[in-house]
Amino acid sequence: MDYISGRESYGRVLVEIGENEKIVVLDADVSKATKTSYFAKKYPERFFNVGIAEQNLLGVAAGLAVDGKIPVASTFAVFATCKALDQIRNVICKSNLNVKIVATHAGLTVGEDGASHQSVEDISIMRSIPNIVVIIPADGNEAANAIKQAVLNYVGPVYIRLSRFESPILTKEDDEFTIGKAKVIGRGSDLTIVSTGILLANAIKARDCLKQEGVSAALVNLPTIKPIDRDILLGYAKKTKAIITVEENTKIGGLYSAVSEVLSESFPVPIMSISINDKFGMSGSVEDLSKYYSLTEKDIVSKSLELIKLKERIYS
Amino acid sequence: MNVKNLKEISNNIRAEVLKMTTNAKSGHPGGSLSMADILTVLYFDILNHDPKNPRLKQRDIFILSKGHCAPALYAALGLCGYFSKDEFRRLRKLGSVLQGHPDSTKTPGVEVSTGSLGNGLSVGCGIAASSKIDGNVRNIYVLLGDGECDEGQVWEAAMFASHYRLDNLIAIIDLNGYQVDGKTSDIMNIEPLNKKLEAFGWEVFEIDGHDIKSIASTFKIATGSKNGKSKAVIAKTIKGKGVSFMENENKYHGTPLKEDELSLALNELKER
Repeated sequence: MDYISGRESYGRVLVEIGENEKIVVLDADVSKATKTSYFAKKYPERFFNVGIAEQNLLGVAAGLAVDGKIPVASTFAVFATCKALDQIRNVICKSNLNVKIVATHAGLTVGEDGASHQSVEDISIMRSIPNIVVIIPADGNEAANAIKQAVLNYVGPVYIRLSRFESPILTKEDDEFTIGKAKVIGRGSDLTIVSTGILLANAIKARDCLKQEGVSAALVNLPTIKPIDRDILLGYAKKTKAIITVEENTKIGGLYSAVSEVLSESFPVPIMSISINDKFGMSGSVEDLSKYYSLTEKDIVSKSLELIKLKERIYS
Repeated sequence: MNVKNLKEISNNIRAEVLKMTTNAKSGHPGGSLSMADILTVLYFDILNHDPKNPRLKQRDIFILSKGHCAPALYAALGLCGYFSKDEFRRLRKLGSVLQGHPDSTKTPGVEVSTGSLGNGLSVGCGIAASSKIDGNVRNIYVLLGDGECDEGQVWEAAMFASHYRLDNLIAIIDLNGYQVDGKTSDIMNIEPLNKKLEAFGWEVFEIDGHDIKSIASTFKIATGSKNGKSKAVIAKTIKGKGVSFMENENKYHGTPLKEDELSLALNELKER
């Protein structure tokens, strides 16, 4: 199996689409880490490093959008969404400006750098702002396809959450990416696993384990958390009557909340969550962190079995 | 430039500010009056713009970073002809094109939404940088409050502007000496502002922000020199300027005049 990080994929795709002269890339002194450095090398006249100044990063990006450019601004997810939240909300989203925020180093999988750098609430924060599209790609291919769509074929603010971690390639290079559309990875009848981001790899493994235990789990990859694919969620809620959500984000306000919001008012079924349970991160290897925060395939399996028991109690 | 005409226009802007905020029963008249002369010179003498064609390609861009003083901007835009003056009466009402703070999605002529202080200069930097990519086709003016200069983002943007040699960017600081809680010298001293800006690499002009002639000539000099330096015009002004009982009286920062005060004020403006 091949592995690539979302940020590496991002750096390469920016160079690929960079001949479009409307694209201007900005970074806040982490271009070597976010991989915008590849674009900077090829198109220096359309690259702005603002230094360690995230508020100005998003403010300058807004100005470029006002003047008709397609600014793509990058820094680590925790700094983009926490330090520059006012600029994202009050300047970019309120005026529906065509700014693409591609934030890297999201989630616990930043690893050893620890809590200050592990963004565990950015999905919740971004999702709550009107006008913005929120995308969390599952792998490098999906990251590249989502970025192409967001930059070249969509007008308006988009937040794309990427990882530092080299995760397995799960989707195809030529898969079509449609903003707002989820994808069925596998069918099933007992429950549905809805996953966003790179934890899809764990979800796939969990589905295989469940199959061996005689449990038929459907698996949906949901990269666009806003706007959310209501049809697919409702369809699988009706079909399997139990949902488990999987995300590398705090339980509050992320995928679990988004799915619950849709289903509770249209077709309520029991929903359980694999997520970070209202806690900050900490230093550690990705493997150790995944275990500590209960994000592994084993955790998905045991939570799924718990969910099935709950489902049986409810519907018996 | 006809100084007498411009003075008359700035008086009209002041009168409209006071009428619309009293009618809205809210808004920020004090700081709107301190910048009325600057706005007059920009919109009626300096800016390359066309109210009948707000998207004019190579137009100059104005950003009101101290967005709470929107009433003065609305008065200037309305008097220019971006929208009907009838809209003034709808300020801050449900569904109005004139929001409490500038909104580019709702008001013709408003280029950038502001209201959260500290943002305008960054956005101005972005437009100036974009304009440089396209061959330096326009000038970008950003009007900031002196209190607003407390915001760290202003200085992030100031650094960016000089690093990228944005000589098409002109920041104007409406130095009226007050912020919400009191005098800037008491609440958060920003002086020496000229030396700070110079140290950040800007070319600084210091003027009387109520002297129409000097405002206009300074803008002409500032835009004329493409020397790689961003320009800062520190305009010494009086909060509440033009109405004797409002001048340097900070209670009118965010409180409109009562009906009887409004009549007094309008009479005084007529006699100016």
